[in-house]
Amino acid sequence: MKFREYVIYRLVLAVFVIVGVVTVVFFISRVIPSDPAALWVGAHPTPEAIEKAREQLHLNDPLLKQFGYYLWSLIHGDLGVSIRTHNPVAQDLKSAFTATFELILVAEFLAVIVGIPLGVYSAVKKDSWLDNLSRIFAISGVSLPAFWFGIVLQLIFFKHLGLLPLAGRVGTVVMLEHPLHVITGFYLLDSLITGNFPVFVDALKHLILPAVTLAMYPVGLITRQVRSMMIEVLNENYIRTAWAYGLPPKKIYFKYALKNAIAPALITVGLSFAYTLIGAFLVELIFNWPGLGRYAAYAIMSMDYPAVLGVTIIAATAYVFINLIVDLIQVRLDPRIKL
Amino acid sequence: MRKEETIKILLRNKLSIVGLSVIVALIIIAIFAPILAPYPDQALGEPNLKERLQPPSRLHPFGTDHLGRDILSRVIYGARTSLIVGFSVVLLALLIGVPLGLIAGYFGGKVDLIIMRITDIFLAFPPLLLALLIATTLGRGMLNAILALAISWWPWYTRLARGMAISVKERPYVEASKAMGISDWKIMIRHVLPNSLSPLIVQATMDMGSAILEAAALSFLGLGVQPPTPDWGLMVSEGKDYFLNYWWYPVFPGLAIFITVMAFNLLGDAVREVIDPRLRRRLL
Repeated sequence: MKFREYVIYRLVLAVFVIVGVVTVVFFISRVIPSDPAALWVGAHPTPEAIEKAREQLHLNDPLLKQFGYYLWSLIHGDLGVSIRTHNPVAQDLKSAFTATFELILVAEFLAVIVGIPLGVYSAVKKDSWLDNLSRIFAISGVSLPAFWFGIVLQLIFFKHLGLLPLAGRVGTVVMLEHPLHVITGFYLLDSLITGNFPVFVDALKHLILPAVTLAMYPVGLITRQVRSMMIEVLNENYIRTAWAYGLPPKKIYFKYALKNAIAPALITVGLSFAYTLIGAFLVELIFNWPGLGRYAAYAIMSMDYPAVLGVTIIAATAYVFINLIVDLIQVRLDPRIKL
Repeated sequence: MRKEETIKILLRNKLSIVGLSVIVALIIIAIFAPILAPYPDQALGEPNLKERLQPPSRLHPFGTDHLGRDILSRVIYGARTSLIVGFSVVLLALLIGVPLGLIAGYFGGKVDLIIMRITDIFLAFPPLLLALLIATTLGRGMLNAILALAISWWPWYTRLARGMAISVKERPYVEASKAMGISDWKIMIRHVLPNSLSPLIVQATMDMGSAILEAAALSFLGLGVQPPTPDWGLMVSEGKDYFLNYWWYPVFPGLAIFITVMAFNLLGDAVREVIDPRLRRRLL
């Protein structure tokens, strides 16, 4: 199979999986006995209002027909209307997307620059105290309840040291004094482009704690994955040959060995991207970060299920595509994989 | 690998011993909670409004919460909730996932294809997300949270059980039973299941930590255990409204979650290395 054929094959497969996901999501939401119409009209409904809502939401139609309606509106980018905000879910999500994406990108960047070197050194110094320490660190990372760790960081860095802001994406006063011209929606990028340094510094300060909280989980995953792959690779013959040639250790570890250990690590990075997306539900709530996660968390807490449905479909779709992209990159990078 | 050998390797790994000891201690704490907790009635929700939000002291080593209840007692009772929820999630997921996996692996063909495509769809959800969705639609409560987590969890066991069934069904004793005309279902229950069980149990034990962590996240979002039941996730959630002035309120219950999950993961990490480092890439 050629690479292009493989891409098409995988895309078709991904579409099938996503249709499956939507089906599961839809039927879970409809099979479970709860009355969306009653939720829709809110407290103290009249029977007429509920009946009207049932008409409006197509709840009187047969289930399969309802599913048809749902798919049809999905294809048109309509995710329904939120019970909590009474806005279209798609519109709510759009404005929250860049905030989350900025946070996740920074967190993932932190995870990679800490996790990969830590994993490499752990493997090189296998069973040393450094390896044990990194092991404890990595396992802590995947064991930490993010919603709690965020609170602890806030206590230390805001309450006691007074170094970093408590929550939010940028300070109100800074924004008033130096209004940000939004271009991409990424505050760090926008403030840099427009030369708005006070906002840049302030946005960066706001970003540190949530990003670190969010990064803990992927750091753990990446460190462990890189370590175990490196241990395997370091036992290979070509590495022994490299030693015999007297090449400098840094070059052997980071150039020759890491190259072959990086593919599985890449998968982990891709997977952890999706984990951070879900982790963001909790972290954004703690840090009052105006993103998808906070929106989803509020939706969950107010049982706003059209919004939860929408977020689920978006996140699951993103997850499927992230996995797809990671797989494709891996196929490209690793000539040993046969299509 | 022989059992004694496995245990020997595990015992050599200091961190796995630490994990195991903590787990044993937790189980003891959970069982003897009424004896160990200084204020059992407060742990179960009895308010004590005279002592609201007191800092840690000799009387209340972890301080008191917004209703004056002793946080140490509630953390001790919370061990019960966490262990019960974690265990139920994993058990229920096994009960759904293993039979499906065995059927898929043993019969193969179309049955296999259908079952595995369904698991693929469930695995296409990022972890926790499906559970959040199900719990939201089911409504708040501990049982619903357990159900929601189990429904999102079973495909992992289906995969594992299927792999086991495929390898076991080729063994001579299964062939012999077939030749003797014993029915497929009987063979599955008598031979395939018992011989697939140990890796499944090991995996399930390793998953306890993640199950507890995810259940805590559901509680934190208000979907799991409801007040006044003592639950760590719920306590962090309630405590987050007070944390700037009363740090002890969310910190101690959260620490309990962290230590518990860490203990299971330390043990799991060691077990994974012994069995097969590439068994599963999911560390969650």
